[in-house]
Amino acid sequence: MNFTMLKRMIGGGAKSFIRSGSVSFATVLVMTVTLMIVGFLIFLSAILSYTLAAIEDKVDVNIYFVTTASEPEILLVRDQLATLPEVAVVTYTSRDKALAEFRERHTDDQLTLQALEELGDNPLGASLAVKAKDPGQYESIVRFLSADISNEVIIDRINYFQNKTVIDRLTSAIRATEGAGTVIVALFALASATIIFATIRLAIYTARDEIAVMRLVGASNMYIRAPFVVAGIIAGLLSAVTTLVVFYPIAWYIGESASGWLGGFNLFTYYLEHFSVIFLTLVGSGVVLGGVASWFAVRKYLKV
Amino acid sequence: MIYFDNVTKEYRDGAPALSDVTLGISPKEFVSIVGHSGAGKTTLIKMLLAQEKPSAGSVFFEEVDIHTLPSSSLHHYRRKIGTVFQDFRLIPNKTAYENIAFAMEAAGRADDEIASDVPYILDLVDLGDKADHFPSQLSGGEQQRVAIGRAIINQPDLIVADEPTGNLDPVNTYEIIEILKKINELGTTVIITTHNKGVVDAMGKRVITMEKGKVVRDDKNGHYIL
Repeated sequence: MNFTMLKRMIGGGAKSFIRSGSVSFATVLVMTVTLMIVGFLIFLSAILSYTLAAIEDKVDVNIYFVTTASEPEILLVRDQLATLPEVAVVTYTSRDKALAEFRERHTDDQLTLQALEELGDNPLGASLAVKAKDPGQYESIVRFLSADISNEVIIDRINYFQNKTVIDRLTSAIRATEGAGTVIVALFALASATIIFATIRLAIYTARDEIAVMRLVGASNMYIRAPFVVAGIIAGLLSAVTTLVVFYPIAWYIGESASGWLGGFNLFTYYLEHFSVIFLTLVGSGVVLGGVASWFAVRKYLKV
Repeated sequence: MIYFDNVTKEYRDGAPALSDVTLGISPKEFVSIVGHSGAGKTTLIKMLLAQEKPSAGSVFFEEVDIHTLPSSSLHHYRRKIGTVFQDFRLIPNKTAYENIAFAMEAAGRADDEIASDVPYILDLVDLGDKADHFPSQLSGGEQQRVAIGRAIINQPDLIVADEPTGNLDPVNTYEIIEILKKINELGTTVIITTHNKGVVDAMGKRVITMEKGKVVRDDKNGHYIL
């Protein structure tokens, strides 16, 4: 294929896209709506993963030590925990710090503070707050601690056992939400592709007689097909750009008004920060779907 | 040049559209194929254009059995034939100029060749002033002249015209036939199918009469007899 033919195929595609005005317009419109679904799926999964990460972040396990446990002993446990691959962060709270925090929490509660004074000695033990990389890993972390008998003497209690059901339930809820999210995204993506295929098939159906004539006039399959593929790519490109433009004010509005409701997630910031990924996803799916759908739609009418 | 060798075509419903047709056409001939509707004229043309495959028998074009050609290389064969149809079959979103140029572009001809040949052909079919009109802006006769322009632009060896005057009034019919006659005089083989007795009788050329899928008459200087 030489340059002249390539130029004719691309030029022919662009020209016929412009000339079949209403059909092209309808195609772009349907593709835009469909790509907007794809865009919303991107937003939705971003919101979902942000929310899940925020929830996961709230889950931790606290290890409370007896008051007689010495600091070096506790720090040893902390260092042991820090070496575990499942552990993300271990935060040490000393007895004094625990007391200070307790006072802080109860500044308005004179009775409690008085009771504390009566005791004279600091009744609070030091603690370690452990955050796992994955909420499913707390069990193994706790098991690691219990395995060492020397720990038993200094550990007062581990709140994992009280929180176990909540953590387990939350973990499975997060897993289920992620799974459902993936299925929903896959279903909608499939639906979008199907809609785009059907739309382009319909647009090319109107040109089926034309394709037969081109065959009879002696045009090769490639020469007939290429302009339709070019027109499909143009439609995909225009739809993707339209979607990106329309999303700008939408993302801004949602970012402004729903950020608090979404737990601090700002959609507009997300849109701007991930613009290149969103751009590539939308333009890529528009162009690929438009081109591939046209390729297959024409094939049907080339059997002349 | 063209040879139908015992060609039979049966559609799924069973009735044969063509049965055992054997006939030859030499270069530079002008052949009219006549017959009632359903006699098999159009089926015969479709066999020649490789639009449909025969159920039995073969169609040869210069020693090549055209139904053995793969679909992907059929366009090389079709470039040797110019086709004209009753319903014109122009590309609706291309102008008269572009419709004619399309046949040249598809054949891979150079831009300067196209720029010089298309206006010449438009003048030849008397449409020089309507080059930028779309088919919907042209009358039936004008559309058919564009179709003829498209058929002859690549200087084919053969022109096949299926009921070219079927949708035209007598004046346009006369003009179209005159153009086809001229093309034939310049050395191109022409095959037309028609219902029009006047056209056939005025021509005084070879007439093949078909009936129920069979060739019933083949006269050298024929008339329209049914």
